[in-house]
Amino acid sequence: MSSLGFEQFPDYQVPGVKHPDFSPYESNGGSIVAIAGDDFVVIAADTRLSSGYNIHSRNQSKLFKLSPKTVLGSTGCWADTLSLTGLMKVRMQSYEHTHLRTMTTDAVAQMLSITMYNRRFFPYYVSNILAGIDKDGKGVVYSYDPIGHCERATYRAGGSAGTLLQPVLDNQIGHKNINLPAGELPPLTKERAVAVASDTFISAAERDIYTGDSVLINVITKDGIEEKVLQLRQD
Amino acid sequence: MSILAYNGGCVVAMRGKDCVAIATDHRFGVQAQTISTDFKKVFHIAPRMFLGLTGLQTDILTVRDRLMFRKNLYETRESREMAPKPFSAMLSSFLYEHRFGPYFIEPVVAGLDPKTLKPFICNMDLIGCPNEPDDFVVAGTCAEQLYGMCETLWRPDLDPDQLFEVIAQSMMNAFDRDAMSGWGATVYVIEKDKITERSLKTRMD
Repeated sequence: MSSLGFEQFPDYQVPGVKHPDFSPYESNGGSIVAIAGDDFVVIAADTRLSSGYNIHSRNQSKLFKLSPKTVLGSTGCWADTLSLTGLMKVRMQSYEHTHLRTMTTDAVAQMLSITMYNRRFFPYYVSNILAGIDKDGKGVVYSYDPIGHCERATYRAGGSAGTLLQPVLDNQIGHKNINLPAGELPPLTKERAVAVASDTFISAAERDIYTGDSVLINVITKDGIEEKVLQLRQD
Repeated sequence: MSILAYNGGCVVAMRGKDCVAIATDHRFGVQAQTISTDFKKVFHIAPRMFLGLTGLQTDILTVRDRLMFRKNLYETRESREMAPKPFSAMLSSFLYEHRFGPYFIEPVVAGLDPKTLKPFICNMDLIGCPNEPDDFVVAGTCAEQLYGMCETLWRPDLDPDQLFEVIAQSMMNAFDRDAMSGWGATVYVIEKDKITERSLKTRMD
């Protein structure tokens, strides 16, 4: 571009066009935690939207209600998150009109994988975690990589503080490295899942600058979705 | 990949009530290949002081030897034991002497002051910028995981047994999510009248 000599004429410079190293991706931060129980699933995401040292919003939900039993948490490049969730909503509505029923969580999980892999060579730069109630009424969590690899799990952390949070979940929910008989381990209740998810975010907000402000927690059961808010540190 | 992450490994130190603990993993590798599983990165350098070094293995050994030389010289000249605080200051200036061709290590110092028995922990970057917090310090390839674990499990005024449990759980669950650390661990708990060394059986993969 510099060979054309545009930089000599500031009046003709167009933002975005003048940068030969334009990068289509941006990291907007944010973290997600999801924990599945026998008949419920908890999914939580912080509400900070940032880029570099700037905070764009302190109150942006990263949880997307796709159906009454399915919630998608999505972080990474916020533009891609909006594009992807918009496409998911359109495709789910099309499914509903074609088949006259709402998509099950397992079907949404498979479709999300395919939708992401469709962009194999220009991927959506997002970290997705899908939480919902499956067709047997059990809580379930699916996690994804940016090109659509999908894994079913019972608990998962993702996003900018995913590396900080995942070992905490391994320990507290998966009871890893704890040598106790099964009877002595605390049962996974809704209250405990919410408490552990909240505590992990309080810890993450101490060390990850892209996680903070507040956490939105969705508790999904067969009866519907209960929403909670937890304040985090704002710095 | 950074030369600091060439051999893998991690160290963490924590403060408790009248005690400190320091833990190391046992892996020594070259990138993804594991060479040895009994390489401890924490060294007992004074009666109540330990030095942990993560990073490039060759520099870990060199820095340990050169620091021991300087510490022994200090103790011979002064005829008294070196405390953790001046030891850390010496380490910091030693690293900064190599400001433009540094040793690729991240040090952690943990100990009790020989006179006051006050707990002391400290870590540095590779050019010797010191950090002396009153909770915990981490270093190595799974530093992020360690931050998450320590930030959740640590609380003030832990007694020696609780401190062992917290540092052991933090270490194990952190390095189980890191391919370059793990393969066993050792925890040292330093109290005024005793030092307890415990080996942890962990998953070996």
